[in-house]
Amino acid sequence: MARSIVQEFTKGLWDEVPPFRLVLGLCPVLAVTKSVENGIGMGVATTFVLVCSNVLVSMLRKVIPAKVRIACFIIIIATFVTVVELVMQAFAYPLFLKLGIFIPLIVVNCIVLGRSEAFASKNGMFRSLLDGLGIGIGFTLSLSALAAVRELLGTGDLTIWEKPIQVFGPSYQPFSFMVEAPGAFVALGLMLCLMNLVGKK
Amino acid sequence: MGDLIVLAISCILINNILLAQFLGNCPFLGTSKKMETAVGMAMAVVFVLVMAGVITWVTNTYFLQKLGLEYLRTVAFILVIASLVQFVEMFLKKSIPALYAGLGIFLPLITTNCAVMGVCLININEEYNFLQALVASFSYAVGFGLALILFAGVRERILLARVPRPLQDTAIALVTAGILSLTFMAFKGMV
Repeated sequence: MARSIVQEFTKGLWDEVPPFRLVLGLCPVLAVTKSVENGIGMGVATTFVLVCSNVLVSMLRKVIPAKVRIACFIIIIATFVTVVELVMQAFAYPLFLKLGIFIPLIVVNCIVLGRSEAFASKNGMFRSLLDGLGIGIGFTLSLSALAAVRELLGTGDLTIWEKPIQVFGPSYQPFSFMVEAPGAFVALGLMLCLMNLVGKK
Repeated sequence: MGDLIVLAISCILINNILLAQFLGNCPFLGTSKKMETAVGMAMAVVFVLVMAGVITWVTNTYFLQKLGLEYLRTVAFILVIASLVQFVEMFLKKSIPALYAGLGIFLPLITTNCAVMGVCLININEEYNFLQALVASFSYAVGFGLALILFAGVRERILLARVPRPLQDTAIALVTAGILSLTFMAFKGMV
């Protein structure tokens, strides 16, 4: 079962990429992927929390009593989420407003708690760091991919940072179903289907 | 009174927490394979969400705002919710074992259900007063239950259908949820 250090990192990019392989943390995935900018912002914020909490949990894993470990993990995660909230309010306020309550909700994102419980509480600091980074980057990429599909079809534009770029030109008739709520479910379902099709052995 | 009814309807149908606000989707997909688990989860959410909504509202108004500690809201809320769930679990186990058996494993799962935390935050962000927060929490929970039980019913039927291999399981569930969400979109503009 022992994986090499490199594999610890790369598994987050394909083998266990959330939310496709690990169907966890769906709420932010569905809610913030109206534009690529939001997707990237959410992904980076989650990655930061994931890496920091993984490192701290693995450093403290011998000190935390097994019975109250979940509560301890949640407090550690909540602390880092508060850090992200305050930093975003200071430096990226427009993005903070767009992501709204989904920033504080990183606390209850099952991916973060899941990695603390399933990985960081059993492994050393360096491995946990790589694990967090890999899963975080995988999550950011999936969010951006889903957001790109939805935004491109739904509005004909791509918003990487603040200003939308017109891709299909002004004569494109937007398929606005994709940026509405139902489009999120359908787009994610079809992407999952596509991934199953490609990944099938 | 009329305002509260409008609020309730908009929370249950128009801003349905699962299908329009995307909160609590993990248990939505996780517990909807069987009607039994869906009903259990829906009941547990109604039970906890109302209590959590009220208690976090009180915490926020009488402690955090009084002391100027709003920046600790995230930490405070999750602590309140986690200990509330733990407390409810112990209380039910001792005094109402029948209900405990019914809700069973769904109670601890609720701590990481973002619907609960989400509604608590929405109550604060929308600056609801106490009564509005109570009604909103209850209606959001009912909306959650309604969507979850409807979805479980649809999923039980899908089990009998022939689904293409790559679409099986989660993928078809997501597409189904999309169609269900589309039907809920029809309520838009009702209030």
